[in-house]
Amino acid sequence: MSLLSSLKIMLGAAPERPTAYTPEAEAMHEAKRQVKGAERAKEIKAAHAEHRSHKWRNIRWATLIAVNMVFVLSFRFDVQLVEGSLTASRVIGFHMADLNSALQVMLAYKVILINLVIGTGTVLFMWWLFGGRTFCSWTCPYHLLAEIAEKIHLFLAAKRMVVDYPLHRGARSVLYVVFALLAVISGYTVYESISPTGIVSRALIYGPGLAMIWVLGLLAYEVVFIRRMWCRYVCPIGLTYGFVGSVSPVRVKYNLENCLHEGDCRKVCLVPHVLECTKKTYAEDVEVAIGADCTRCGLCIDACPTGSLRYEIKGLNKLL
Amino acid sequence: MSEQSPPAKRPAAANPKTRRQAMRSLTMGGAIIGASLFGFFPVLRKWTPRLRPPGAIAERDFLAACIKCGQCVQVCPVKAIELGDLDEGFGVGVPFIPAREQACDFSCDAVQCVLACPTGALAHSISKKEEVRMGLARLDRPNACLARKGEGYRGPARPAPFKGVHRYAEIDRWKPVKLADYKYDLEVCDLCVRECPVKNAITLEPMSADPTDKRRTPVVHEACVGCGMCEMICPTESSSIVIDIRRKWGDA
Repeated sequence: MSLLSSLKIMLGAAPERPTAYTPEAEAMHEAKRQVKGAERAKEIKAAHAEHRSHKWRNIRWATLIAVNMVFVLSFRFDVQLVEGSLTASRVIGFHMADLNSALQVMLAYKVILINLVIGTGTVLFMWWLFGGRTFCSWTCPYHLLAEIAEKIHLFLAAKRMVVDYPLHRGARSVLYVVFALLAVISGYTVYESISPTGIVSRALIYGPGLAMIWVLGLLAYEVVFIRRMWCRYVCPIGLTYGFVGSVSPVRVKYNLENCLHEGDCRKVCLVPHVLECTKKTYAEDVEVAIGADCTRCGLCIDACPTGSLRYEIKGLNKLL
Repeated sequence: MSEQSPPAKRPAAANPKTRRQAMRSLTMGGAIIGASLFGFFPVLRKWTPRLRPPGAIAERDFLAACIKCGQCVQVCPVKAIELGDLDEGFGVGVPFIPAREQACDFSCDAVQCVLACPTGALAHSISKKEEVRMGLARLDRPNACLARKGEGYRGPARPAPFKGVHRYAEIDRWKPVKLADYKYDLEVCDLCVRECPVKNAITLEPMSADPTDKRRTPVVHEACVGCGMCEMICPTESSSIVIDIRRKWGDA
């Protein structure tokens, strides 16, 4: 997938079925066409007979909790390993600044200090290396809360007690521009006052306040009405890191060969539009790198019964 | 939302499902922007005037420049700094000093919070406490002031359950002592002058030419930085002396 179309899809465009395939992919699609429906169903059933893994989810949750606990414990026991919160910090003396918070400050304040440039640069490089929206699923504390809310939502939805009312994904792009404009025009970091990432991070480190009511309200809304509303349709932080991730070497890669196209990966995915290539006849090549909006959470890798989705570090394939 | 809605060419625009989704997206987006704009109320109507940490730039710029990380909170040796909550609008996560509960006593010398600030919301041009201008002390309730009544003071300046601390240079330069654990015995109360961390910021002046008259009045001078130490230490309930936030010498 080209960088441009990956960005377009991230910004809200609907993914499209490719018009041309590589000869290898064409041959593979053709071979799959020969497999009869009953035969395919049998294959899928057999593939799912094995126990589903939660390997990457568990590693990720452990990482997310560990990162946030380093912030909390470092302050609680005054070891000065990490100072600050997720919006900006000093890690063993090195400045770090969350890209979106730094952007909001730069737009609102219109003066950029060298410390902030250093902090932003460090973080930009770090998350470019780790995959951009990796920040969301591996670090953001709201992401974990939202994942739990999502589980409750899906449980209730299975009992037909709630229904998901999806929004248009372009909403996030529009809100991104609106929040940027609001910061420039008003001269206040408007988004920061409602950012659940900052609020939860500070609540963990400095103790919760009234602002947590807003966060709990959002979570309740996500349980009852819109599955993963904030992360999917609102959060500008996700989009900022998405841009970084669009050129990142760490990503999930799809392999067409053994895929059964049953769609389990898309069911667990926060951003299923990036997994469009896993639909039957949607992969233009045998291998497809998953697009910019992917949070590299690994749920699809855990869910895939055939190992068709894997983590990949671009350029290091031969080494691994 | 609207911009990203399906292109007009497709019949999808007439599809009630797509239309409902577009409407939902618009409503939700509007609601979230609306919610974020609520932050204007507390700020513009000045619901919660706050004493900002040393070096804080002009209030409007301060709210914009602060990245809401709390590094200043973490470096303060007397834990004087707290972060704003939801009722402060755009001041959510922005630091302030509740001086009566815990004032900045400048015992860190090098203005640690200023050094910690990554964005310059606490201006790095400040390098020593004398340069700080947080506000100005003002004798708010002269009739309550013990010195003005010629009264002494015995016992802790702020008895338990008061939790505030102060680093007494004469006890331990590095270990803060709870005010509730430190007892004074003063012939005439001079706590605000005695514990003021800045030289020549406040003095006690006689109230008459009579040398037997024990009455004294605290007088604030131009050197006052507005740290709030006097407001915290004042033993009257409530404090006789308070900080006028961000007031400068010569202001009306």
